Amino acid sequence: MNALEAPDLLERPAPPEPIARRTRPFAWSLRRELWENRSVTWGPVAVAGLVLLGSLVPVARSASHFRETLDAVERHARVTLPFGMAPAPIMLACFLIGLFYALDALHGERRDRSYLFWKSLPVSDRTTVLAKAVVPMAVLPSIALLLSLTVFVLLLLFGTLVFAARGVGPALLWREVHWLQEPVIMAYGLAVHALWFAPIYAWLLLVSAWARRLPLLWAVLPPFALVALERVVADSARFGHWLGWRVTGAMQRAFAVDPGHLEGIDQLSPGRFLATPGLWGGLVLAALCLVAATRLRRRREPS
Amino acid sequence: MVCIEARGLRKRFGTAVALDGVDLRVEAGRILGLIGPNGAGKTTVLHALLGLVPVEGELEVLGHDPWAERDRLLADATFIADVAVLPRWMRVCQALDYVEGVHPRFERARAEALIDQSDIRRGSRVRELSKGMVTQLHLALVLAIDARLLVLDEPTLGLDILYRKQFYDTLLADFFERRRTIVVTTHQVEEIEDVLTDLAFLRRGRIVLDGTMDQIAARFAELEAGPGELAAARALGPIHERQLFGKGVLLFDGVERERLAVLGEVRTPSVADLFVAVMGRESAAAAGAAA
Repeated sequence: MNALEAPDLLERPAPPEPIARRTRPFAWSLRRELWENRSVTWGPVAVAGLVLLGSLVPVARSASHFRETLDAVERHARVTLPFGMAPAPIMLACFLIGLFYALDALHGERRDRSYLFWKSLPVSDRTTVLAKAVVPMAVLPSIALLLSLTVFVLLLLFGTLVFAARGVGPALLWREVHWLQEPVIMAYGLAVHALWFAPIYAWLLLVSAWARRLPLLWAVLPPFALVALERVVADSARFGHWLGWRVTGAMQRAFAVDPGHLEGIDQLSPGRFLATPGLWGGLVLAALCLVAATRLRRRREPS
Repeated sequence: MVCIEARGLRKRFGTAVALDGVDLRVEAGRILGLIGPNGAGKTTVLHALLGLVPVEGELEVLGHDPWAERDRLLADATFIADVAVLPRWMRVCQALDYVEGVHPRFERARAEALIDQSDIRRGSRVRELSKGMVTQLHLALVLAIDARLLVLDEPTLGLDILYRKQFYDTLLADFFERRRTIVVTTHQVEEIEDVLTDLAFLRRGRIVLDGTMDQIAARFAELEAGPGELAAARALGPIHERQLFGKGVLLFDGVERERLAVLGEVRTPSVADLFVAVMGRESAAAAGAAA
């Protein structure tokens, strides 16, 4: 046993006071989420690429509609259809990626035990959970907006070239497509849905923090069980309707028309949307779920 | 200066008692080896020190209550939980960027220098590295943090002897460079006993022996006695006895070396032998108490 030959430790000179650098735990937490979950960025990009490719033919064909004897309403509908349809698959992809991301966000780090590494650094549980909530609630909608706008602009440029090549004036295309209003509608649509879906993502994060295994089952089963129970016990379907409303409500409250006939920003109804109790109730629910998820991550015993 | 002060730590997981009144005091600048069999509560003690689990009792680490002030404590304390916790998808350069981004006391240059001593490439993902390299990387990240307390839980588990040796060499070189306290648990007692300044044996959630290596060396002695002296040696009350090449090797607690020296060769027991002896004595005592 020769440990005692170590020089007297307390006589060593104290090192100089360490210089504490400024850190940005939230920004780096967010960045590492994107490193880990590359599907968050590449999934929507891939879908946008497909949408772009798939829209080229309809846009190219729309030039011919100006040669056909169509009435103004029909022509407008056909020319603007590919432009109006393009964002939908991108937004849907971002929504779905967000669901799966949230379901795995706090479960995966326990499954692979990497949370012991994350927890060995001075990043609070609150910062971690918030960063994980921001991905589906803000990052993915922003990506959806960016990609939708990119696709929209590229289609418009492509259409302009096609129209010019076919001898139909590009000005006709630019008159039919509401190129100034469309981006505003996209941004609005994404913002209202991010707010409306917040409790869904927060619920999934909570399940992700709580479930020891099979988070998908725990996320889906209780709502379905409640729907079934209500049907059997009370012979009613209120909870089921409420769930459906949670999915489609934003569409119904935030737009004054059926989205298929969305034409301009005068058809948006932000006032009515903001006056919907379900919006605020949902946001409160989301906040409660996130607080609970933070507590669970904090208190979860290492196993 | 006291780094860790624990009194009466208790912890249950369901009906299982993990900690049953642990008292522990570690001065700053020491290297404490926390040794115990599987399930003795070593990891629970470490997790309590780091505020990962709430425990009953009084606990202060670097002047903080770990559970209540975990975020502040972690600026001064750092740990390697075990070999497998670095996220497998992470690239080496990302790990450097991330820790630099979130830790106020991370010296990137130091981590880079340690990584440069190994075969680890910056662009590799953790999953592409061997177990030994992952541990090297983790140690490089942790040693580059200018923390006052370093906690290592089975840091060399599953590594081959070369990596284990390298690990403790690096750790010791770092220790002599800067003043910090290290708490380490491991099964491979033989490899760290030269490194330790303090020792604590944990059994079934209780500390059964602790002290500085000086104190322990003064208290315990090992006697190698020939067959003729064996009866006389046994009369002095050894706590453990084993046979070695036809001679008896007896371990004594608190018997003066002068009294032993007349019976044979006396030396300081290795930590491993001491561990076996003390655990055996405790088991016998527990069995006696139960009967």
